[in-house]
Amino acid sequence: MKTFLRLTSLVRPWFWWMALAALTAFAATGSGIGLLLTAAWLIAKAALQPPLAALQIGIVGVRFFGIARGVLRYTERLISHNTTFKILASLRLWFYDAVEPLAPARLMQFKSADLLQRIVDDIGSLENIYTRVLAPPVTAILTSILMWFLLGFWSQEAALLLLLFHLLAGIGIPALSAFLSRGNSSGILQEQALQQVLAVDFAMGLGELQLSGNLQSHLERLEAAETEKLRLERKNALSDGMHEALTGLLMNAAVIAVLSAVMPLVESGQTSGIALSIVTLAVMASFEAILPLPASARHLEADIHAGERLFEILDATPEVTAPLSPLTIPTDLTLEARNISFTYPGSFRKALDQVSITIPHGSHTAIVGPSGSGKSTLTSLLMRFWNCSEGELCLGGHNINLFDPEELRRHISLVSQKTYIFATTIRENLLLARPNATEAEISSALEGAGIGHFKSRLNEFTGQHGMQLSGGERQRIAIARAILQDAPIVILDEATANLDPLTEEEINRTMEQFTKGKTLITLTHRLKAMERFDTILLFVKGSIAEQGTHRELINQNGVYSRMNGAGRIPKTS
Amino acid sequence: MNRDQRLFGLIGECRTPFILSFVSGTLAGIMMIGQAYCLSTLINGAFILHQPFSALRLQVALFALFSLLRMLLSWAGHTEANRGTLHIRKKLFLQITNTIARRGPLFARSMQSGKLSLTMQKGVGALDAYFSQFIPQLYLAIAIPVLILIAVFPIDPISGLILLLTAPLIPLFMALIGKRAGALTDRQWESLSRMSGYFLDMLQGITTLKIFARSRSQHSAIEEAGENFRVATMKVLKIAFLSSLTLELVGTIGTALIAVGIGVRLLSGSIAFQAALFVLILTPDFYLPLRQLGLKFHASMEGASAAKDIFAILEAEGPEPRNGSRSPDRESVKSLPITFGKVSYTYPESGVLAMNSASCCIPAGKTTAIIGPSGSGKSTLVSMILRFADPDSGTISIGHDPLESFTIEGWQQLISWVPQHPFLFNETLGENIMMANREASAEQLQQAVNLSGLDSVIGGLPQGLDTPIGEEGARLSGGEAQRVALARAFIKNSPILVLDEPTSHTDPELEASLSASMKTLMQHRTTIIIAHRLETVQSAAQIIMLQDGTVMHSGTHEEMLRMNPFYQKALAAGEKEPS
Repeated sequence: MKTFLRLTSLVRPWFWWMALAALTAFAATGSGIGLLLTAAWLIAKAALQPPLAALQIGIVGVRFFGIARGVLRYTERLISHNTTFKILASLRLWFYDAVEPLAPARLMQFKSADLLQRIVDDIGSLENIYTRVLAPPVTAILTSILMWFLLGFWSQEAALLLLLFHLLAGIGIPALSAFLSRGNSSGILQEQALQQVLAVDFAMGLGELQLSGNLQSHLERLEAAETEKLRLERKNALSDGMHEALTGLLMNAAVIAVLSAVMPLVESGQTSGIALSIVTLAVMASFEAILPLPASARHLEADIHAGERLFEILDATPEVTAPLSPLTIPTDLTLEARNISFTYPGSFRKALDQVSITIPHGSHTAIVGPSGSGKSTLTSLLMRFWNCSEGELCLGGHNINLFDPEELRRHISLVSQKTYIFATTIRENLLLARPNATEAEISSALEGAGIGHFKSRLNEFTGQHGMQLSGGERQRIAIARAILQDAPIVILDEATANLDPLTEEEINRTMEQFTKGKTLITLTHRLKAMERFDTILLFVKGSIAEQGTHRELINQNGVYSRMNGAGRIPKTS
Repeated sequence: MNRDQRLFGLIGECRTPFILSFVSGTLAGIMMIGQAYCLSTLINGAFILHQPFSALRLQVALFALFSLLRMLLSWAGHTEANRGTLHIRKKLFLQITNTIARRGPLFARSMQSGKLSLTMQKGVGALDAYFSQFIPQLYLAIAIPVLILIAVFPIDPISGLILLLTAPLIPLFMALIGKRAGALTDRQWESLSRMSGYFLDMLQGITTLKIFARSRSQHSAIEEAGENFRVATMKVLKIAFLSSLTLELVGTIGTALIAVGIGVRLLSGSIAFQAALFVLILTPDFYLPLRQLGLKFHASMEGASAAKDIFAILEAEGPEPRNGSRSPDRESVKSLPITFGKVSYTYPESGVLAMNSASCCIPAGKTTAIIGPSGSGKSTLVSMILRFADPDSGTISIGHDPLESFTIEGWQQLISWVPQHPFLFNETLGENIMMANREASAEQLQQAVNLSGLDSVIGGLPQGLDTPIGEEGARLSGGEAQRVALARAFIKNSPILVLDEPTSHTDPELEASLSASMKTLMQHRTTIIIAHRLETVQSAAQIIMLQDGTVMHSGTHEEMLRMNPFYQKALAAGEKEPS
């Protein structure tokens, strides 16, 4: 219930639009009733052989309602779709705004695209909360009230009886079908989750399954999950079919009940016999508004599930919040880590353990070490993706928590190995780094990244995740972005790891030029041309194991010199 | 064959439930006519003949009976259509999984990531509405109007004629919907999925947006995209809905025409009240199934686009590994060399010629190192030994038997595989190792764990071997994953071993322990290793150097050093700078 209220509060800004759409829907249903009602009146009256003029009003009524129904239905569809799109757009914005402060720390468990897709699907299913969940009951209630007054004109008893049948069909049957299919939806969701895992394991691990002789048994498990899912869906379909059939049956029962209430009145002459055909057809037409209710109950259940999942994400407290009165970023950008430690949530080991370093403004530093040694964690802390568990990270002598995180990030260019390329044009991807960059600036950034020839391809689309580009091209676009951003601190996190040695060399030379006077921090596990760095920090298991210039470290004969010596077959001959 | 024909073809293989559904639908239609007849006589009796309610009990009872039968029949129709649909879904699901299993890992990897599992999981389900709703409705939209026409014509030919003349307007508009509005709906679908793709893109890239301090300002971009989408879509919908407006109007104006027509004829006495009422009650039911067809058509649209992905998998072209009939003999395999005779292979999707008439011999019980630049065919060669692909031309044999003469499963039982990036299943760590040999004892498992150097990893896990390692092995690092693959190889204890040496872990301690484990594993087995480390190459019994899909040179380290300038150059470069 709480989730439902939170969901409805999200669509509240569109209340008047929704009300208008519901009223139009009701008017369309009402016209349908009106059409049959006037038609029945027309022929019943005609059967009494009055002069043609007496039928005129009926003839006009039939035509009016006939046209009104179609036009109203059309209007209603336009309004409700328009409202739905507005709701969808606002839901996305709402979700984005709510999730933005949580990224990336609180979204760590949603790394895989599938999980994010599930979020997008959840929002998509909520867009229908108005058309499928909120609107049908409103229309049904209005129709019931209309019928109450209509039948009440002839017989209070008939009106009461019809109301009873409406309640049975509108509340009783949905409740019954919810009771019969209880647990089905969550059972189906469970099977789907299981199947998702099995399907991913199957598609991605097919080779391993074959080699280990587990292919058959895995196929059987996939089939078993599918069979169970279909069994539950079948139960759902059976109850769907049942409520449709039962609603039809109730409609016919309502006809008999109402007729049995009106007939004695006709017999005793209290009411004209014309009423008989009118009420019959009107009762039949009124059930059109009741039919969608069971489906609405099911959609409600699904929407609440979707809402719960979304709120669960959004209810997390952000890792990082901006200070109320942030300091301005100082001109001296000396970086200093004072005894910082950090542990990722759910992990047992410290990713950083009591690290203290100073990186002077304008110096060039290399941070090396095996993967998982804490190099990237340091970057994440500096970018304010996470907060240090202990110790403090300072910039120009001030704790970085005192700056506005966005302002801080503007002072840092980060090129990581996993830089994301958006599915838009190359130009848009570059402009991300500096929205008002000139053509000349873009050109020189591209040149610097070794992809000067992209100047003529700026309006090309990069495809999903930049898939139209090769891995090396994507990486170089990331480098071009960093050049374009032109921040005083540049961090290259394995930025050239995917490139061939020649290009790597070329880009390193450009970066050398470009970062003159800037603070450069290079994170790498490949020890190449290390002489160019002022200081080298070697990280092992979250702590600084060795520190010094290339020469000093080689002479220490420690881990660094062993890493440097490991012989390898080069990739290209 | 177009999509609809192919979908329709699926029904052909599972006709009974659909036929039963059609029969029940038709019978329910007859019951509906019976209801209308009872109701009209009932009202006629009370209104025109002034009979008391008590005299009309038979009509009431009949009406109730018809109602009950109609309910049961339509329920049965619904249920049967659902049964048939689920049958088709299950069948398609199995077809898809079997196709993927048959085509093998190379095929699975050639598809866009996530697409296969998504199609398996959701794509087939999306077809549900097409079979369980659209197809039955398509039939009812023909059967019910015909039944009503048959009932109405003898009683009131003029109304029958109006119905007959207006009815074709609906299929006509339907056809227009199918063509004009259908194209519009397609476009709307496309932009809808593009829009949700855009949003997904923003969510996935949110960290990058943060890096550029652009995440907050993206708010307005998303707002603008949503608004543009709404305006564009509404333009489309205004037209698309016009056709359904026309449909609706045909229905309501048809009803109005008939009502006025019979009203006037009632005045002149040329039609009886009962007949008039009977026709009037049936008129909305005449147009209803036609109108609903349009709605169900929209509901089935999602399935139509899913069908594209499904058939793309089922009908993808390209070779598949050829399954032989014999089982290889484990003992003799130990002592037989594997020979490649003029083997060529082209990847069907990219058309890249990955192996070009390659010939070589891999000696039994010894280690063969494969070296060469990326794209030279190293992994293709390995794929063929693993039987993920069979040569387009040429043969691979063990002793004198071509690999193709063995069953794929039987051959793969004799091989262990340690790839660069082993796949870990969403199971416990222990299960991920044991899967390679279910008959292994607890001691053997422990031994494999120790030999592969996993014991230290397990010490750091909360539940040891019983720790679930999460989706795609999320809880383990790349180096740890490779140790799991080594443990699998130890526990499988197969005569042939295929290894891809790690390139990416530069922790010297880890590397040393991994290579020590590998050495133990390689003893007395026919080993094919894609080598990256100098030491591995030096200690191999034979080295095969690939270039552009052909074997450029092969021999021992010493022979290669002596004879081969390329090898010397490669080694010299390798010693100078690690890459």
